[in-house]
This record gives sequence, C-alpha cells and structure tokens, in this order.
Amino acid sequence: MNAAEIREEVLDILADIAPDEDLSKLDDNVRFREQLELDSMDFLDIVMELRKRHRIQIPEDDYINLASMSSTVAYLEPLMKDIERQNA
Amino acid sequence: MPIGSRVPLGLPEHVIGSAEGFEERFSRNLAARPTGQASLPHLDLFANMALVDDHLRIVLTGIGLTAPNGNSLSEYRDALLGGRSGVQKYDIRYVGETLAGICNFDELKYQKKKEVRRGTRAGSIGIYCAQEAIADSGIDWANTNRERVGVYVGVTEHGNVETENEIYEIKGYNYDTTVWSHHHNPRTVANNPAGEITLNMGITGPHYTIGAACAAGNAGIIQAAQMLRLCECDIALAGGVSESIRTFGIFAGFASQGALAKHEDPTKASRPFDLDRNGIVVSEGGCLYVLERYDDARRRGAKVYGELVGYALNSDASDFVLPNPDQQARCMMMALEKARLNASDIDLVSTHATATDSGDKQECIALRKVFSNGSQPVINNTKSFIGHAMGAAGALELAGNLPTFQDGVCHPTINVDRLDPDCALPGLAINQPQERKGVRYILNNSFGMLGINSVVIIGKV
Repeated sequence: MNAAEIREEVLDILADIAPDEDLSKLDDNVRFREQLELDSMDFLDIVMELRKRHRIQIPEDDYINLASMSSTVAYLEPLMKDIERQNA
Repeated sequence: MPIGSRVPLGLPEHVIGSAEGFEERFSRNLAARPTGQASLPHLDLFANMALVDDHLRIVLTGIGLTAPNGNSLSEYRDALLGGRSGVQKYDIRYVGETLAGICNFDELKYQKKKEVRRGTRAGSIGIYCAQEAIADSGIDWANTNRERVGVYVGVTEHGNVETENEIYEIKGYNYDTTVWSHHHNPRTVANNPAGEITLNMGITGPHYTIGAACAAGNAGIIQAAQMLRLCECDIALAGGVSESIRTFGIFAGFASQGALAKHEDPTKASRPFDLDRNGIVVSEGGCLYVLERYDDARRRGAKVYGELVGYALNSDASDFVLPNPDQQARCMMMALEKARLNASDIDLVSTHATATDSGDKQECIALRKVFSNGSQPVINNTKSFIGHAMGAAGALELAGNLPTFQDGVCHPTINVDRLDPDCALPGLAINQPQERKGVRYILNNSFGMLGINSVVIIGKV
C-alpha cells in the first residue's frame, strides 16, 4: 500500500467510527481530535480495525502516532511495507 | 388503632409530608377509597397502598413505547383494537428462518449514528422510550433537576447479543482474542440499557436495570414506585426493554425446549389459549413510563394515565421453567390486598400467557382461584398481537390497556380459533374488542423463569 492507499483505508475506518462527521473537509495536518468528535475508545477502534484488516499490531506507546492523518500515514507506511514483504 | 403511632416509622417529614394533620388526611384518603374488605389487613404505611397520603401515591404520567405494531401509544392502541399483529418472518445467524416481533422506530430520532454504533439495541430502545415518555408527560425537561430523576429498567437478560457477536467476530480470526472489542464490557454490563438513557438525557440520578426474566416490565414499575416513596428521586423513568431477538441463543433455547412458535402465517403464530398454539414468538420492544408522586403530578397539572394502587412480587421456588399457579394466585392476592381491593373490583385482567401449553393452562388455574365467586373481569392478552417482548412485556402489555379507562373498550386476545377448554375463562375477550364501561381497575400479570411473579394493579384517577 502506498501513502494514498493508506490514507483511503484510514478514511474508510474513520467513516465507520465517526459516521456523523463530514470527512471530506478533513485537514491531514491537524489532529483528529481537534476536528472530529473522537474519544479514547474511538482511537482504540482505529487500532482494532487496523489489527483486524491488516494484522498490524500497534504498541500502546505508539498510539501517539495516530494523532493526525499525516502522522498516521507516515507511521503506517513502513509497517504496511513490512507486512506486505512478510506476506509476499 | 391509633394511627399517629404508626405514622413516623422513622421516616423524615419530607417523605410522609407534614406530621401535622396527617391523621386527618389519612382518614380522608381512607374514606375516599372503595373498601373491599371489612377489616384492614395492615396499617403499615408501606404495606397497604390504599391508606397512603397523596405524597406517597404513585401515578403514571407519561408513556414512551416501541412495539412490533406501533411506535407510540396511539399507534399501538389502534393496532390492538384493529387486530393488527406485529409478528414477521425473521432470519438470524445459525437458527435460520424463524419468526419475531420486530420494532421499526427511528433510532436516529434521539441518537447520533455514532451513539447507536457505540451502544446496544437495548440502549437505543430505552433512549427512544425514555425521550418519548418525557415528551408525553409534559414535564418541563429543560428546567428539571436531573439529579432527582431515577431510571429503573426491567430486563429479561442483557449482554447475550454482544457476546454472541464478539464470538462470531473472533471466529473469523481463529478465535484470536486480541480482536475482541473494547466495547464489549460497557455494552454488556447489566446496567447498560438504563445507563445509556442517563448518558443520552443528562440524568445524574440513580440508574440500574432490574433483572427479573419476563416479569421485569412490572418489576421496573414497582422499583420506581418504591424509590419515589422513599424520595430517592422525584421523577422516575421505569418499565422494561428487550433486545432479545438479536441473540440466536434465545430462539435456539426455546426451540430446544420445544417452546418456539411456528406458523406459515407469522401473524397467526402467537396464539395463547388456542388449542393449536405451539410456543412463543420472541419479540423486541420497550415501554417506559414517567412515574411521579401524585401531589407533584397534581401540582403541575399533569395528565394522569392511572395510579399504581397495588403491586406484588413473589417466587415459586418450585421449578426453573414451569409455572406455579398457587404462587401466581398468591401474587395476585397480595397485590389486591396491598390495593385493599377485592377480586370483584378488578374490571380488566391483562394476562401473561405466552402460548405455551403449560404456561397458559397454569395461569388460567391461577386466575380461576382468584376470580371466583361471581367476579368477572374482562380478560385479554397482548402477546397474541406482538409476541413475547420479554423484559418489556409487562410494561408494554399494561400500556396497551390503559386507554380503556377513557374509552371503555378492552382489546381482545387474537388468534383464538379453537379455544382450549382448559383456558375457557369467563370474560375472555376473544378476537373482537369488548366494551366495558366504567373500568376502574386493571390488573396486569407478568411472570418469568426461575419462578418470578409480578402483578401490578392500576386504578383510574
């Protein structure tokens, strides 16, 4: 998955978790929490969905990387590459 | 007996009203009530509801409901008088095609999509009913002190839906529990349906559920009355909810027990008292009342649906699933005693009968024990229309009968094509509504597994 595909995947997850929000206006460089109504249980949903969909295990210390779209994509890109390499 | 000596009972003045003049009010209230018995069984303030001051009289002042055949009291009542069933074909995981009573209220009327996703079906049903009940009550909600609102929700079971869903989910991951949802615990704690109501409505008074199998709807109402009389709250939201059709286990369990209804025509599947009955139709639904102390309700000029004049709860202590007519009869007698009424004072009986062979017959035995000696109330059944709404059943079945106080019409029990002679009770309203003018008292039965019986008697105010 390239960065654009990862972004689409995260958007898809967010659409499930925050179904009342208009995600088309999401600013990738602003923290999710500052533009969406997300609480800690919602962030756990993001972690859970990535685990379910891609078998990505995100350690609790790394949750901070999921703050905004750009930081999430930057964090996930090498992890996705690793997983794709393992599955190849 | 000197009344004054019984009054204090260690109760503070805010509970019993001013001690001054209590004896006079007590006597006035006593004189104003019909006397069913020559001598008083009790003078205990809390044992005999007919003797209490207006401050301890409990009235129903709002109704919010969703049933398989209506999402408001008026829709539901129209369906009951029009003979319209709410039972449909239904498909659920593992069990396959079966029948159920399904509600179609708009979850998004009072919840955001995210709240629906976060919570449970029982929570959504509870929120819809609670919001509708408050709106119906005419209470100035914006200016209500929500610390003084209590939420008491009867449930048959809770948590099975979510647990089944999670197990189904992790099955797809070879039972890897690291994909087990972090939402599981807040969704399955037993107080969930009541707690979701408080979150949605900003209620900071007490909340919990009352687990009472299929007697839970009445039990919720009774709990509310007790808490109002203890001044633990000023407004109670109470009754019952059920999400049970979302769990395959309840269908599979009744099927294994030989107690799950089958019929080619879903609307004819739930047939209490009929010889061709073959079991229970499982339904979802909810019904919550606003309950208040009568003096508060009168002060704000509330519309009053009725007064809880008597109630009782007891246990069979005889079997996990089979009913016990002796204890059912005793429960009805206890409620009558608490209301200080005779059986002949009851105008309408809403039966619990679920369309199982044993359950229907045993309840009829209990009814014959209580309503003998010339008393002949109209007897009906709501499950014939909507199936068995489990934790909501008692509250919903009562609600559909309350308009009888005003319109003098008793809805029937439907789907009786061949009446079981063992269930041929005098007064049974079969297939067609019956007129009964001047209805003053309605007795509502609700019984459940493990031998739990609940009865409420509502009087016209």
